[in-house]
Amino acid sequence: MITLTVNGQKHDIDADPNMPLLWAIRDIIGLTGTKFGCGAAQCGACTVHLNGEAVRSCVTKLSRAAGQKIVTIEGLSLNNDHPLQKAWNEMNVPQCGYCQSGQLMSAAVLLRENPNPTDQDIDDAMSGNICRCGTYQRIRAAIHKAAAMQMEGAKI
Amino acid sequence: MRKLLVISCLLLIVGGVSLSFRAERKKNSYAVLPKDSVGSVKAFMSVYKVLMSARCMNCHPAGNAPLQGDDSHIHTMNVKRGEDGHGLYAARCSNCHQAENTAGLHMPPGNPKWGLPPENMKMVFQGRTPRQLALQLLDPKQNGGRSKQQLIDHMAKDDLVGWAWHPGDGRTLPPMSRAAFAAQVRLWIAKGAYAPSAKAK
Repeated sequence: MITLTVNGQKHDIDADPNMPLLWAIRDIIGLTGTKFGCGAAQCGACTVHLNGEAVRSCVTKLSRAAGQKIVTIEGLSLNNDHPLQKAWNEMNVPQCGYCQSGQLMSAAVLLRENPNPTDQDIDDAMSGNICRCGTYQRIRAAIHKAAAMQMEGAKI
Repeated sequence: MRKLLVISCLLLIVGGVSLSFRAERKKNSYAVLPKDSVGSVKAFMSVYKVLMSARCMNCHPAGNAPLQGDDSHIHTMNVKRGEDGHGLYAARCSNCHQAENTAGLHMPPGNPKWGLPPENMKMVFQGRTPRQLALQLLDPKQNGGRSKQQLIDHMAKDDLVGWAWHPGDGRTLPPMSRAAFAAQVRLWIAKGAYAPSAKAK
C-alpha cells in the first residue's frame, strides 16, 4: 500500500511502486485535470508539484512520490482564484486547453520564486511546456499580468 | 621519577610524529611512481578521451545549457544551468531526471545527483585542449576544490561519474571501462600529473 498526499488529502493506493504518478492521479484518484501528453517528460502537460517542484508526473514513479506533498491543478487554489488562474481567465489564454494545467503549474513555480519575472525568466521557466496551439504569447502576457496582480495583492 | 617523565615525553613525541605521518599518508594515499612526463602525459591522453566523450562532456558544457545525445547538441526545452547547476524555476533537472534512468529510448537518464557544475565553478570540458583540461583538473580553484587524492576518488568512485558507464538505453559508453579509466587517472597522477604540451590534440 502506498500513501499519497494529493492536494492535502491522503490516499492509500494499492499499486506498483513503479507506476507513473500520473496514472495514479488520473486513473485511481480520479483527478483528471492533469493531462497525459508524451509520456517521456518532453511536453510538460503532466506537470504537478512534488514538494513544490514542477515535476513531470508521467516519469515520476509512485515510489518517489510516496509520503511527499503533491499538488495538482485542482489544488492550485481553493476557488480557482490563484492570480495565474485569474489572469488566464481574463486573457483567454487557452485555445484547446490540453496543455494549460501543466502550463499553470510551471508558471506557479516561476511566480513563487520570482515575483516579477522578465520575458527571459518566463522563457527559462516555461520552455519545457509545449503548446500545440501556440498560445505562448498569451501565456507570457498572462504571467506578467498575474505577477502584477500578485504584487498588488501583497500591497493590500 | 625523572626518568619516567623523560620516557613518557619521548613516547608522546614518537607517537605524535608517527600519527602525523599516518595522517599525511592517509591524505595522500595515492601511489607515487618515479616522475615520468612521457608516461604521465600518455595516461592523461587516455583520460582526456573519456572526459571528452559525450557521456562526460554533455554535463560539462562551455555554455550555460547542458548538451544531449552522442552528437552533443544543446539540450532541448531551453534548459539552463542555474546558480546551483540544477536548473531554473520549473525547469529543474530533477523535475524530469529521476534518481535512476527511465527505461526506453530517448527517455530521461537519471541519477540522484543529476546536474551540471554550479555557476561559480563551471568545470568546462567542451572545447578544452588536453593541456587546458589537465591544468584545469589539477587546479583546486577550478576543480571544485579537490586535492589530487580527491580527484582520483571523484573519477574512480563518484556515483554520478559512474553513471557514464550505465547511461541507459541507446546511449554509447565512454571509450574504455571505468576500471581502466580510473587506472589511467591514477597513473597520470602517480607519474607526476604532467600536462600535455600545447600542441597535443
